[in-house]
Amino acid sequence: MKQYLLLIGKNMIRMVLLLIAVSIVAFALMTMSPVDPLQANVGQAALGSMSQEQIEKLESYWGVDEPPLKRYLSWAGDFLRGDFGTSLQYRQPVSEVIAVKLGNSLFLMVTAWILSGVLGFVLGVTAGVFHGRWPDKLIKGYSVVISSTPAFWLALLLLMVFGVWLKVLPIGLSVPIGLEAEGVTFLDRLRHAILPAVTLSITGISNIALHTREKMIDIMESDYVLFARARGESTWQIVRRHGLRNVLLPAITLQFASISEIFGGSVLVEQVFSYAGMGQAAVAAGLGSDMPLLMAITIVSALFVFGGNLIANILYGIVDPRIRRGGAGT
Amino acid sequence: MTEEKTPVLEIRGLKISFKQYEKGFQQTDLEVIRELDVKVPEGEIVAVVGSSGSGKSLLAHAVLGILPYNASVSGEILYDGEPLTEKRLKKLRGDEIALIPQSTAYLDPLMKTGVQIRKGKNDAASKEKLRRIFREYELKPEVEEQYPFELSGGMTRRIMNATALMGNPRLVIADEPTPGLHISAAKRAMEHFRELADMGAGVLLITHDLELAVETADRIAVFYAGSTIEEAVAGAFRSCETLYHPYSRALWRAMPGNGFVPIPGTQPYAKDMPEGCPFGPRCEKFTEKCRNAVPWKQTKQGRVRCICAEDA
Repeated sequence: MKQYLLLIGKNMIRMVLLLIAVSIVAFALMTMSPVDPLQANVGQAALGSMSQEQIEKLESYWGVDEPPLKRYLSWAGDFLRGDFGTSLQYRQPVSEVIAVKLGNSLFLMVTAWILSGVLGFVLGVTAGVFHGRWPDKLIKGYSVVISSTPAFWLALLLLMVFGVWLKVLPIGLSVPIGLEAEGVTFLDRLRHAILPAVTLSITGISNIALHTREKMIDIMESDYVLFARARGESTWQIVRRHGLRNVLLPAITLQFASISEIFGGSVLVEQVFSYAGMGQAAVAAGLGSDMPLLMAITIVSALFVFGGNLIANILYGIVDPRIRRGGAGT
Repeated sequence: MTEEKTPVLEIRGLKISFKQYEKGFQQTDLEVIRELDVKVPEGEIVAVVGSSGSGKSLLAHAVLGILPYNASVSGEILYDGEPLTEKRLKKLRGDEIALIPQSTAYLDPLMKTGVQIRKGKNDAASKEKLRRIFREYELKPEVEEQYPFELSGGMTRRIMNATALMGNPRLVIADEPTPGLHISAAKRAMEHFRELADMGAGVLLITHDLELAVETADRIAVFYAGSTIEEAVAGAFRSCETLYHPYSRALWRAMPGNGFVPIPGTQPYAKDMPEGCPFGPRCEKFTEKCRNAVPWKQTKQGRVRCICAEDA
């Protein structure tokens, strides 16, 4: 028990340090960015026709007139008090914007995460067991092709096939066009999420399949599998008794580490499908110098990724007897 | 001698080669075992002695049909006088034919020992059988619930032996069962093999340790660079006089009690194997005739594959 508390305490400190570092880097990158918030959000033409007073007002609204360090510190102070600030673009509290966007994205990401995890695992195990034979060649071929395909290109391809030619799925957005918010049904949302979710899953599968395959090959060539075979266990028994047991640990790590990839992938995919989620909001905030929103999105993503890795670590300790019993055993 | 009875295992002229690709797509066959003959009678321990790299473990894997897919096997492997086909092997493996492997790496690190020895079976009869074996080997019942990493070296050895006893072993193949074991632990391990042999099983002991083989085995086959070069009762290996092959004698002289004389030169690699006698290049009695195929020659207590064996 004491060990666990120590572990959690250590990780908490690590998380805080990580968040501080991430926020500083994100902020520094933003201040260094060549995007002029005024030009980006107001427009060159409009800016030209404005009086000096108006421009100064705008400058203070976008925070250009203050030195970066002061701005960072005031943001950090508010953030610590739980005030995420107001999005400059949406003119809504950042927490509200994120809640809505994250809600939309979460559906995509969770679907993609589960689909790519389960399918990638099954395909990887199959390929590893049939190493060198046709199922392996097929799965490996698919995975290599897909992982060398840019996600946005795949998204465009799916969009053309299902959205434009077959017309079975919407070509973009997260809700139907020209409908009031109350009129949008769950089914509508689902239909709009299918293509982005499928794109994310397809790209996620190949990565997980390739890694799982590699592990499974190692296991199938291990001494203990050789011994199991010498003891008359069939391939199926070996896979069930030894293969799955041993491949599960690396698979867990992989699955939780893939959260970051899903997060990253969603930025591109949401952009292609104009899907109003976190990824798209991040791009918009970045291009529009919406500092409070971008900072909050960065922090939330970092938390997700960190959380994923932390869960993997904790699960590892629970699942792996060598870690669980390690202290007491030898 | 028990020559008249059909041996449990008889291997005649076993050859094992591996397909290899070198320099692009040129395929070559790498012959790792060229001329392996060995006989394991019921109730006896037969040791196959050879230095590392002589292909000893492959012999075990060939009998059990667990060679890698790029290996091809020819020659005869007879079990109870009949060819050991894949179909028979499937039935016998893990029941009548048991492998006792070298190290902990042969146990699944994530499976508790009890279930692992029972091969996943959880019925009352298997559990009872395992409990009996554990009592015999002085293993505490708690060990069933432990993982391989929690076992000591000696315990692991006993666990491996226990895996063989879960079936009804008639042929036990022990692959290097003693390295890393303390001498007393090694002796105890050997006693277990003797018990198995006394129960009627044939034991094929694969080892590099001639001294240990002389102590425990009934017959010894000396293995050099993929060929059996001499086979005799274990007693013959107590003295240099009763050995006929120059390599066996050199092995004898290399034993700690007999002068500890190292053999000059190294075992040839499978790719540049000499014609005829594999020991030729290192042999002081080498003649041109040694380049031809060397037939078996009967000796007082066994047989030898050397043309100058008369001078013995």
